[in-house]
Amino acid sequence: MTDSNQEQPSLRVRPYLVTGGRTRSTIDLPLEALVLTTPAGQAAIESMNHERRRIVELCVERQSLAEISALTHVHLQVAKVLVGDLISEGFLGSHTANASPSVRPDVQLLERVLDGLQSL
Amino acid sequence: MNASANPIPVKIVIAGGFGVGKSTFVGSISDIDPLTTEAAMTKASEAVDDVGDATSKKSTTVAMDFGRVALSSELVLYLFGTPGQDRFHFMWDELIRGAIGAVVLVDTGRLEQCFAAVDYMERAGVPFVVAINAFDGVLRHHPDDVREALDVPAHIPVLVTDARHRAAVRDTLVGLVRHAMMQASSPAPVNS
Ligand SMILES: Nc1nc2c(ncn2[C@@H]2O[C@H](COP(=O)(O)OP(=O)(O)OP(=O)(O)O)[C@@H](O)[C@H]2O)c(=O)[nH]1
Ligand SMILES: [Mg+2]
Repeated sequence: MTDSNQEQPSLRVRPYLVTGGRTRSTIDLPLEALVLTTPAGQAAIESMNHERRRIVELCVERQSLAEISALTHVHLQVAKVLVGDLISEGFLGSHTANASPSVRPDVQLLERVLDGLQSL
Repeated sequence: MNASANPIPVKIVIAGGFGVGKSTFVGSISDIDPLTTEAAMTKASEAVDDVGDATSKKSTTVAMDFGRVALSSELVLYLFGTPGQDRFHFMWDELIRGAIGAVVLVDTGRLEQCFAAVDYMERAGVPFVVAINAFDGVLRHHPDDVREALDVPAHIPVLVTDARHRAAVRDTLVGLVRHAMMQASSPAPVNS
C-alpha cells in the first residue's frame, strides 16, 4: 500500500527517502565501498553538523560504508545517503564510487582473492 | 594519496539460520572484532513482518555483523553475516550486489532453516556454497544427504566446515572463491 503523504521539499533535513523498497541516494555505494575524507572535507569539518561531522572525522582514516554505519550508530540506509551527499559535495572521496556496484569481481580479481586467502 | 594506498574492497556474504554460527565464522577469520551495523526495515518488509505500531521499534531494524580481512596491501575482504529468514531478503538484495558470492551455513539439526537462503541464492544467480557447520567436530549427516535434503544442484559444492576454526573458515572461503571462478568463466545463465 502506498502512503498518500507527499515528500516535502526540504533543506537536506530528511535523512532518506524510501520508495518501493529502495532507498534513494544520488550515489549508489555498496556496503564495502571505501571512503576517505578529502582535503576539502578536512577544511570544512568545523562548519559541519553532528552526523556529517562524525563521518568526515571518522573517514580521515579510510573506512567502508558498513564501518561508517557501525561506528557512528547510523542506520545503513541513512549512512549511505549522508556519505553519498558528502561525496557529491567533494568532502569525501571513494575510488569505488565510480565502479558499477552490481558487477561481480572478474576472474583476475578472484584469482588475487584466492592467492590472498591461501596466504593467510 | 598514492595509488597503492587505494585497496580494492571485495565481499562475501555469510547466510544461514539463527544460531548456526555465522558470527562465529566471521569472527574466526576477521582482523578486527566484528562490528554490527543496523538497517531499517523497508515498509514492504514491515508489512510482511506485521509490525503493528511504533512502540515495537526494535523489530523494525535488522542487525548484521561483519568482519574485515586484509588479503594484501591492495585487497581487503569484507564478510557480512546475515540471518537467512525471508523477511530479511530486502537486505540480501543489497548484500549480494557485487559480492564474490555467499556461504550458506547449515546446522544439520535444523536443515529447514537454510531453505530460504539456498533458494534465494539460486534464483539470484549468486555463486554460493553450502557449508555444514560441524558443531564440536561431529558431522551428524553426510554431505550427500544434506545435498539431497536441501535439493542443492549438483554444481554447487556442499562443504564441511568448523566456524570456530580459522583454517576451516579459510578453506571454506577458498572453496567459494574457486566455485565463483568456475561460474565466472562459464557463460552466465542468469541476467543481472
Ligand atoms: N560447540 C559449538 N558451538 C558453536 C559452533 N559454532 C557456533 N557455536 C555456538 O553457537 C552459538 C551461536 O553461534 P553464532 O555464531 O552466534 O551464530 P549466529 O548464526 O551468528 O547466530 P544469530 O546471529 O543469532 O543468528 C554461540 O554460542 C556459538 O558459540 C561450533 O562449531 N561448535
Ligand atoms: Mg550472529
